[in-house]
Order: sequence, then C-alpha cells, then structure tokens
Amino acid sequence: MPSSLLWAVDVFGRVYSLSTAAQQWDQCKEAQLEFKRVTAVQQCCWAIACDHQIYLNVHASDVPIRYKEETYENQRWNPVDGFSDRLLPSDRWQWSDMTGLKHQPLDSFQLPSENWEWEADWYVDENFGGEPTEKGGWTYAIDFPAAYTKDKKWNSCVRRRRWIRYRRYKACNTWAKVPSEQAGLPDPFNDISCGGWEISDEPRGQMSLWAVSLQGKVWFREDIHHLNPEGSSWVEVQVPGEVVQISCGAGDLVWAVLWEGQLLVREGIGRDCPKGSSWVVVESPSPEVGAIHVAVGVNVVWAVTKDHKVWFRRGINSHNPCGSGWIGMVGEMVMINVGLSDQVWGIGAEDRAIYMRQGVTANELSGKAWKALPSLRDSDRAHSSASASSLPSAGCFFSGEVRVQSRGSVIGDIDAGQEASCEAAPLLHGQADAPKPLIPKVTSDSFISELVSDRDRREGAVSTPIPEEDQGSEQDDKAPPALVLSHSPSCGPDPQWSNVDLEEAQTHLAVGAASDAAETSSLSSVATYNLGLEEPYGPDEHPLWAWVSGGGCAVDSHSQLSWFNSSAGMCSSMQSMSLSVSPAQTAAWRKQIFEQLSERSKREMDNFRHYEQAIEQTVWVKKGTMQWWRDWKPHKWVDVRFALEQYCGTDGSKEGILFIYYTFNEEKKYLHAFINEVTILVPVLSDSKHTFAIYTPERTKQRWPIRLAASTEHEMFDWLALLTMSCCDSRGVQGPPSKQAIWSVTCKGDIFVSEPSPSLEASPYPMSCDQMFWHQIGGHLRTIECNSLGVVWGIGCDHTAWVYSGGYGGGFFQGLASSTDNIYTQTDVKSVYIYENQRWNPVTGYTNRGLPTDRYMWSDASGLQECTKANTKPPSPHWTWVSDWTIDYNVSGGTDREGWQYAADFPASYHGSKTLKDFVRRRRWARKCKITTTGPWQEVPPIPLCDVTILPCMAQSKVEQVLLWAISNKGDVLCRLGVTPETPAGTSWLHVGTDQPFKSISIGGAHQVWAIARDGSAFYRGSVSQQNPAGDCWYHIPSPPRQKLKQVSVGRTSVYAVDDNGNLWYRHGLTPSYPQGTTWEHISNNVRKVSVGPLDQVWIIADKVQGSHSLSCGTVCHRLGVQPMEPKGQSWDYGIGGGWDHITVRGNSLEAPRISMAMLSDRPVPASSTPHSPLPLRNPEGMNGNVVQS
Amino acid sequence: MQQAMADDKDVLRDVWFGRIPTCFTLYQDEITEREAEPFYLLLPRVSYLPLVTDKVRKHFQKVMKPDDVGEMWFEYEGTPLKWHYPIGLLFDLYASNTTLPWSIFVHFKNFPQQDLLHCPSNSVIEAHFMSSIKEADALKHKGAVVNEMQKKDHKQLWMGLQNDKFDQFWAMNRKLMEYPTEEGGFRYIPFRIYQVTSNRPFIQKLFRPVASDGCPHTLGDLLKEVFPAAIPQNDGQKKYQVMIHGIEPMLETPIQWLSEHLSYPDNFLHISIIPAPSD
Repeated sequence: MPSSLLWAVDVFGRVYSLSTAAQQWDQCKEAQLEFKRVTAVQQCCWAIACDHQIYLNVHASDVPIRYKEETYENQRWNPVDGFSDRLLPSDRWQWSDMTGLKHQPLDSFQLPSENWEWEADWYVDENFGGEPTEKGGWTYAIDFPAAYTKDKKWNSCVRRRRWIRYRRYKACNTWAKVPSEQAGLPDPFNDISCGGWEISDEPRGQMSLWAVSLQGKVWFREDIHHLNPEGSSWVEVQVPGEVVQISCGAGDLVWAVLWEGQLLVREGIGRDCPKGSSWVVVESPSPEVGAIHVAVGVNVVWAVTKDHKVWFRRGINSHNPCGSGWIGMVGEMVMINVGLSDQVWGIGAEDRAIYMRQGVTANELSGKAWKALPSLRDSDRAHSSASASSLPSAGCFFSGEVRVQSRGSVIGDIDAGQEASCEAAPLLHGQADAPKPLIPKVTSDSFISELVSDRDRREGAVSTPIPEEDQGSEQDDKAPPALVLSHSPSCGPDPQWSNVDLEEAQTHLAVGAASDAAETSSLSSVATYNLGLEEPYGPDEHPLWAWVSGGGCAVDSHSQLSWFNSSAGMCSSMQSMSLSVSPAQTAAWRKQIFEQLSERSKREMDNFRHYEQAIEQTVWVKKGTMQWWRDWKPHKWVDVRFALEQYCGTDGSKEGILFIYYTFNEEKKYLHAFINEVTILVPVLSDSKHTFAIYTPERTKQRWPIRLAASTEHEMFDWLALLTMSCCDSRGVQGPPSKQAIWSVTCKGDIFVSEPSPSLEASPYPMSCDQMFWHQIGGHLRTIECNSLGVVWGIGCDHTAWVYSGGYGGGFFQGLASSTDNIYTQTDVKSVYIYENQRWNPVTGYTNRGLPTDRYMWSDASGLQECTKANTKPPSPHWTWVSDWTIDYNVSGGTDREGWQYAADFPASYHGSKTLKDFVRRRRWARKCKITTTGPWQEVPPIPLCDVTILPCMAQSKVEQVLLWAISNKGDVLCRLGVTPETPAGTSWLHVGTDQPFKSISIGGAHQVWAIARDGSAFYRGSVSQQNPAGDCWYHIPSPPRQKLKQVSVGRTSVYAVDDNGNLWYRHGLTPSYPQGTTWEHISNNVRKVSVGPLDQVWIIADKVQGSHSLSCGTVCHRLGVQPMEPKGQSWDYGIGGGWDHITVRGNSLEAPRISMAMLSDRPVPASSTPHSPLPLRNPEGMNGNVVQS
Repeated sequence: MQQAMADDKDVLRDVWFGRIPTCFTLYQDEITEREAEPFYLLLPRVSYLPLVTDKVRKHFQKVMKPDDVGEMWFEYEGTPLKWHYPIGLLFDLYASNTTLPWSIFVHFKNFPQQDLLHCPSNSVIEAHFMSSIKEADALKHKGAVVNEMQKKDHKQLWMGLQNDKFDQFWAMNRKLMEYPTEEGGFRYIPFRIYQVTSNRPFIQKLFRPVASDGCPHTLGDLLKEVFPAAIPQNDGQKKYQVMIHGIEPMLETPIQWLSEHLSYPDNFLHISIIPAPSD
C-alpha cells in the first residue's frame, strides 16, 4: 500500500502531517499562517487559517491538473469573400461555444485564479471525431446548427473549427488561498469538511466541500472536481438552526452539530444533488448534555458530547443516514475524525494526544480500543532518542487508567470562564465551591483563534482580527439560547480572550487537575499555554493537538503501521530485520548458515557418495475424493476417487500419473493422465463449486478439459498446489519465471506463465502452442506487460499499477512452491453488474411486470440468468462485498437521470432517452467486491493506469533506460523515468500532453510509440529515443474506414491494431523515413487483443475458437508463418482457452534455431549447436539504431 | 532482481538431505559364525536409528545364529546411542569433531536397560515422533494446528519421514510452521539444549521468539537466558560450540527463523552444546 498522510493541527496552529510510512510528524513548512482546522482527502488538504480564509494544498502529482478551454470559430460563405467571418444577422456569434448560444471570443477566457497558468497559446484542433481534418481544422455544414463533415461539399455554406487552450493548476504542494469571488461572502469560516467523492463513480472526480461560518450558516462549494480543485462558488444551504460544526463522509453522509446540541442529518444527497435536499434533526446522545462534535464516514457516525464522551451511532446505512441509536464508547475526546475505510481518529480530552481506533473493520465498525499515536515530530529529531524512550503513551491502549503524564503541559479541562475567574484570585481550593461560571460560546477549536489572535495582539502583528462585532450582532439578531445570553458583547475584554501568562498557567494546571472530577459541563476544552516561549514543547512534552483529519489516510485494521513501533530508534537494526523480508537476505547470519550448510554437505557427503542410502525411494500416492464433470452426455457431476501417484524416473526426474476412478453402469473404470502431459491447471470461476480444469494438448484441441470439483476450497487449493508442483517438477520448471517468459491473464484475474522454448517461434515448423506448459503465479491482475530484460508490470481491475518483484508463488502456493521473500499482499476491486428490466404498459407505465416471455425482471446482461440483489454473490468465496448496490450510469449508450436505458424490446440496442417507440427499459446496478491475496507484486503508487507498454529488446541488449509508457485511467499519456532491469518500478512519471484522453499504447523495438485515443483514432509519437524518452509530437493516423480502434501493439517493426468490432489490422508501408505507414490491412476477425513481440511474432486472444468437443472464447492463438519478408503470417495455431483475457509475448526474444532442409527429416537440433540466424543482424545497437524496415 | 540468491527453502532441503556417512562394526563380544564385515551407510541426519538400520541388521544377521540376535542397539565410544534422539543430534553431540565416517558399534546383546528405551517396532518410533510434534505445536500454537489436522495428515508427516519424502513431509509440515504475521512468530520456541557433560538429559524452557519491545529474539538471547556459559566471554575465548545440524549459527540469528528452518522433523530445535576443541 502506498504511503498516505494523516493531517493534524496543534494548538499553536501549526500544521503537521504524518505519513503512514513514517514514524514522526512533519511540520508543514509552507504554511505561512497559523491554521485552525484541516480537512484532508487523498489528493489535497483544505484548511481554515487564522485569517478565516480557506486555503487549499493540492498534492503535486506526476500528472498535472490541466483544464481544456475550447471555443468555436464560425464562418459563412458568400459569393464575394468565400468563407469569411461575415455572418448573417440571424447566425450565431463569430466566436461561440459548441451550441452557438454563448458568445465567447478568445480573449474572454481568463484564468480563474492566480493559482492557474496558461500552458500555451490557442491552437486549432485538427481531429474531428477520430478523423484527421485538412489543415486549418475546418468542418463544414449546410447551415448552423447542422451535422458537420470534414469534407467541403458543393452545398457547404458554413464552416467552423475548434480552438483549444489548456490551463494548468500551478499551486501544488503549497497553501493557496481559495479565491472568494463573492464580495458578500459570508462571515468568516469556522469549520470545513471535505468528502463526497464516492457519491458518483464518474471519472470527473466530483467532491463536496461543506463549510460553516462563524454565524452558524452552512455553505457548500460548487463544482469541485479533478480538473477544478478549487471549485467555483459558495452556495448557502439553509439550516434550521445555528450550526457549529459539520462533517461530510466519503459517501452521501453529512451530519452537522447545532449550537443547542442537537444534530442535523442531510437527506437527499445523490449523484444529481450533491448538496442534498433537507435536514432531519437527531437528538443528542445524552439528554442532558448536548453534542458538540460529529464525524461521519461512509457507514459510520461518531459524536462527542460536551462532556467529552464519545458516542457511536448504530444502524447507519445508505438507506438510513440517520441511524437508529447511540452507543456510548470508552474514552474522552475533544474531537473525532473518520477517515478512509471508516477508520477513526480522535484527540484525547485529557492529554490532547491523537488516538487511533484499533480494530475497525467492515464488520466491526466501532472498533475495539483507542491507541495513542506517537508524538515524535521532525523538530524533535535532535532529542529523539530521549523522547522515544520516554514515550509513555506509545503502545498503551487508551483506557480509564492510562494517563499520560507530560510535565508542564497537562491540559486542564477547565473552560475559559474558570480561567478568567482564576486570573482574579488564586482560588486553589475554592474551585469546587465556586459558582459554576457561565459558559462562553467557545467551540472545541475556537480557542485556537483565541490563542492565535492573542499572540498576534501581543506581537503587535497586523492580522485580521476576530470580528467580535459579528458575534455580538449575531447575538442580537437571533434569540440565542440561555447559554449564550451571558456572553455579553459589552463586557470589555471577553474572558475567552484573556491573556494567560506562564505563572498563572501553572496555577491553572493545578486547578485543572484538582477540579477534574468537579468539571462536568465544560463546553469547551480550552487549555492554558505558555504562549510566549520560542519552543513551546520541551523535549519530553507531547504536542497538544487541536484537530486531526484522516480523510486522506489510507490505513485499515490490517495495515502494518510503523507508527506503533515504539522501539523506534532503539532497535532500528533489528527492526529492519523483520523475518522473511528481503533485507534480511543480506544479513551475515543468514549468509553464514548457507555457507556452513554447504560446507557441511561437502564435508559429510562428498567423499562418501558411493555409500548406500539408508532409505530407498518408493512410489508416493496421494488420494482423495472429488466430483468430476462427466465427459459424455448427459454431462453431470459424478463422485470419483482421485489419486496422484508420484515416482522417481530412472534418470532421477520426478514423474507422476493422475487417476480418476469412477463407476459407470456399476462397473469400475478409471481415466488417467500423465503429469508430464498436463499443460495447465486452471481454477474455474464458480460461485457454487470449487472447481478446476486440467488440460493436456489433446484436451486443448477438444476444448474440453478434465473438470473436477473439490468439496472445500481449502482442499481444492491443496490439490492445485500439489499438482502444480508435481507438473513443474516433471517439466523441470522451478523458481521465478525467466525474463523470456510469456505471461497471460484469465478473465478471473489469475496469472499464468509459460517458459518459451526456442522452437516456439521456429519457422516453418514451430512448436504447436497447445503444447505450451503454463503454471500459475500468485496475485490478481487484469493486464500484464513485460520485456526480455525482466521488467514486468501489471494493472489490476481497480487500475492499480503493480511491478513484478522477482518472486514466485503466493496465492494458494505456500511453503515450497513459493519464494519466501518478494511476496506481498495484493488487493483488487471490481464491480459485479446486474440489470433491472421493466416493460411499459398503457395503464401503469413502466413496471416490473413483464410479459410471460420476457426475461427476468432482475437479470444478468444476457437476460438469461436471474440475478437479484439478494441472490447475487461475489464471483468466488475469495471476494467480499465492499459496497452496496448502486445504479451505474456509465453504460454505453447513455442513461437517463435515473440510470434507465430504453429500447423497443428485449434484447435490443439501448439508448439513454425515452422515445415513443420504446416499450422496455433497463438499468445496470453495480456492486463492488474486493479480493485480498498475495503474489510477487509491489504496488507502483499513486497514479492508476489503464494500459502500459515496455520497450521490447533482445535479451542480450544493454539498455540504460527501459522506456515504459502508460496511460492513466483518466486517459493521460505518461512516460516512466528511471526504469532499468535493476529498478523495474522506475522513479517518476513524465506527463505527455494530448488533446484528448487515450486508452491504449505500445512502444516498438525502435522506440516507435503508437497509441489509440478514446475516440478510436490512432496516433504515432515522433522522435522518441533513449535521449528523448518522451518524443516531441503526435501524428494523427486515420483509422481503418468506419472502425474505431481499441488496442495497438508494436513489435520490432510490425504494428498491429484491434478495433471495437474485433477486427485485427496490420499497418502497411512502414519505412524508416515514413514510420507512420500508409494503410491498414485486415488480417482477421474475432480478435479481442493482440501482442506483438520483439521478433515481430504475433499472438492474439481470439473469440470463438471451435474445438472438436466445444467452442471456446478467449483463446490464446499464435500467428504462423510470420517471417521477416512476410510479417503478416499465414494462419493461426490455437492454444489454451477459453476464458483468457490477455497475453504478452513481448519478453520472448528467443529466436528459433535455424533448421536446414536437410536436417528436417532428422530431429531438430538443440539451439546451442546451431549457427546463428541468417536474418539481417539483430544486434542491439543495430536494432535500436534502425528505425523501421519492412 | 532475480539474481541467484539462495532461498530459505534451500536451507530446508539441505537440512532434510543431510547425511552422515557411517561405518557400522559388529561389537567384538558378539558371537558370529564367520567374520563380520563392517557395513557402510549414509544415515539421514533427521531420521532415527531404528528407522534406517534395517539393512544393518540384515547385514549382520547373515553371519550370526538367530539365537544370538537380540534387540539391536548402537554404541559410540562407550556411549549407548538413544534411538529416540535424531541421528544428527547424536552425531553432533558425541562425534562432531571426529573423522568420518562415523564409527558405530552394533550390539545384539546386553541391552543397556538403564540408558536406552526398548524399541520393539516402528510404531513406537511413530508414537514418539508424533508426541514430539504435538508437544512442539502446543508450544507454538497451543496445539491448534496439530489438533486441526486429520489422522491422515499426521500419517503424511510420519510417512514423509519414514520414506524420506521431503515434499510429502513439508507439504504438511509447513502448516505447523505458520504463524500470524502480526505476532512476528510462534508463541514459544520449541527447543532442547543438550550437553554431553550434564546429568540432565536436556534443558527446555518457555522462550518467546519476540521480546516485549517487539525485537526478535536471537540465538544469543536464548543462550543468555538458558545457558549463559555458552556465550563467549569478553576475553574472546570460546569454550563451547553451539551446534545445530552440524553447523554453528551466529548468535545474531533470529530464533524464530532458526525454529522455522533448522528444526528437526519433530519440530524441535535440538541444540548441542559441546566443549570447543582445545587446539
């Protein structure tokens, strides 16, 4: 898991962040001002400073935030001038938006704030719906508004073209003031909360920011999304009372606290209405004591009452944002914050330390106990050893008896009123008897502003004063509750502003401690501090925290956090030696054991090899019972006995035979398979049975594997691990995959590897690809790409990027079949979809009552299977639901506002708006599920990807930098820097600008980069080289007529692409001087994906391959007859399938041994003894230097 | 990446396939019909003597009258060899600094009742072996793993040892070596410390793999607690050798790693402490 940040503000208004990978807090040096509050999400952090303005700190990313401004230039033809800007009076503006309704000349575009800059000047867009236009970018039509074409016709009377200009957000990693454009805006802000990014799944990345003003009004920031991080304007949201604090979760939960102590819950928040529609009042958890603070997550609500008690709200879910009741929790806090995965942080009322709730899981949202976070800050480094060893809180659970002592900085739970009275007289003893002072209006954080303004005043600094008038007037305006009445604006220096000097502070502390028990109704947790000191905390003191925000902090109850390694510093040498992690590999003790063992073997065995062995090797049999999918009709599951017999072959190799004993017509029979003939063992997706398939070359030809089902999942994995090991042993396959390995991924996300033999790409008689042996590697991926230098990257279903770590095993391979290091936890998230179908009838409109012949009203995409919300399970027991069912609006064809798609009948093509001819409609529901497994993969944070490609090379080549290009899931083109065989993960991304989002990319052996845009057009990137890894510009390549391209793969010289309709195209006419080529040539149909390797070998995933027994979709196929002079090849050879989704052969640069015709009658000769390839030399220099040859 | 770094699993393999070249000589007091040739055999370090000496018995029986053949037992330099100690332990403890092959006398009479247990059949060894595994698991996992196993799983462990099937044994044994990652190791480390010069058969104590501060315990930590004399003094004089499987791991070696990789098949770390050679 990549590191992320927990943000906090201390009582002096300094902002700190704590990385999940670090052990100490880092002070945010960029902050020029003191801050009151922060609210963080993963990509940015918002804050209110002491000037009550809102600041935004966007974390810098390798991908810049770019906003595309566009406008259209319109022209009309007249016989005199030809096309000119002289338009008819009834026409649109000469410069307008796309609709023509809005006048927008180029100079009307202004940067929205000083945090933006223009990237370049305006330029004309020459891409028209995936087709390149003539120079000038004009598109023609008969009249405005009409259908435009790129060709000028005799009747083209008007034309228009699009101008583009990008602006870039430049204020990253710094606190930038959010422009407050509305002059009347509001009174100063007092609280903010950011969230709402899960309300819609759409790539726009919409977010909600709620704010509370000092007057208790609530504001919502409009239009915050990825490309507009600042949002555009504030909108007031009416509230039934005076709000003091608000909290917004990642989803649709928004709760606020009223001044009187009740809580407000926002209802009606949804994709179309992120502001929600109405408020519902929820009473305070405790009838006598009002709530003062609330914190919400996705499925949880926590609250704090004025007596610092912590409460957890029961029964919260997406249908019931109000929940059903309060549960009192242990611990006393001044505030609580809920972060990602509903993890909870709090600030202790007693010690002002930050606590994290332990044991919060999806099943136990309330967690188990509080645990204090270490308080080490970077400024403490000088005396870190001292403070580390004296950290009494680290590792202690927060419970009643644990009190953290910190000399001189104990926070008394006294309120400002008490302070004030103390100032007058040393009432050490009379405190308990003293009449309860009236409680001023101080919320748990406003004391910071006091402190800050206090300091300002003292230092004489000119700073925005706290508008006391506002408070006064506010009290005049409204009839404030009794509590506030006492707070007269005219009573001179308000008690809460009172200055407290060091001496008195000490007194208060004593009072605070003494009056601890008596103190019950303190509304605030105002503390006393010695403000004048340069270094506010001594070495042994803890920071006193005021606010914490975990909204950007990705941890869960399973995360291994370095925060709690209390022994930091003291045993750092041992710390790094966590067992079975790679640094230990180099430990001296380990080296010594390896050396001594090998010495021992030499000493005790080398001279005695002729001695007899005490135990002779015998046959070993493992038996079990399973179910077998009968090969003949009627097909059904039958009970069988299953046995694996293993023995040592005469040459010492291990062999084995599989037996399946079944009864047929009361006769005992068996089926067998030799382990050395098994080509693959595949776990099969099934929600009811634990099934796997066994293939041999013969079975692959038939498209009919041996299908077996174990009674438990555990048993299945035991067998799979054993059988895989047995197969690998018999094939001599062990350890990690070679650099030449061919990788593939099934639709289930399982990863398989095959070691290519040199004869695989032999010509004219290659090894048949149904003979290839595949074995599984742990992990879960959607796509995988590699090259022959051993650089392997994968992308998960959730678009997370992963790099291969060099290990093997993981997943269900444990113990011997798995390497002990380089195996990491891997998670992936994907969506399960079901469809809600309805039919229209004249009486009631659309209902869920269909015709008798209709599909199920809740079904899968085909309509054949009934799939209801209740009966749909995750794809296998490994997956767990991590969300509720939500309507999916991102369906091809579009949807209406409720997610419906309409059609004349089932099944048909669906469209997003209802017409008169439509009688049925459907909508798609999605639910996310998550898998947690292990494998040799390490995450490459933080940018999610949708495609990746790695420079194909010859195995021997030495490349300083391995070029790696990728496309982010938002469609940005990226070039990875610093990738070498030693550091396959590289260091950082370089963003390559494009005019539109992209979806597929591939780099060839001569650095030729081809890419496909989302609109289906192809692009060639010019001048990419080792020295200039990002190239210089894009060339638009026309797609095959009437086809939208989907994927591209570039080998040494060949370029192949696949379109949306499953056609495979070969690019003709590539020459070194014209690397873009001339035309597309159709090669094949029913193609899902193509992978072209460094030898220009062509492999595809094909749909619909007919075998002798069955048909398979998603089949690995190999193009036969590909030769330097015939790069298109001749025919297909069919390999493993179905259910395959992806293959990459870009690591395989093993050239076939040359076979002379004379030798063909004989046996093929081993590769080592053959003369070198007669083809034009392919030495690395030559290859990298020549651009293209065809 | 992918360099030829020795894998921890190679250690398991090396440990399992450790062999001691042994020369069995019939004791001179035994009555034979003709001269008995010595018998040479590679003994698996991890196995038990009666389990691997069928061939020895057959060899010597050929030259003896059936009446003279009692229960076979072995002796090395006057010490009767306990069959219920793994062979590697016997060798490390008594013979680690001798020249190879290891010379063992074979006896068929005068069974030393006071020193050795009888071993009428392999099922006695099996019972002993399984009880050791259960004891070890009680220490490691409160017995949870071994109790969850089925009878056939237990059999698989035993058959793996008996037939010298590394894969078969480890396919099951790996379960006994698992532990929750967050705990950093087993509950207690099953170990026994043996020394020649002591009357006690061995030392065994409760010892955790991880210190209370979270640091992994090392072999040195264990010895410090259990057998401080084995730790070299400041003067650098090494008085004892600390031996497991014929090697002397560094004192910095984490005890958890040792337990996972250098335990005998009975899941115990059998540590021999022998006086350092004086030369």
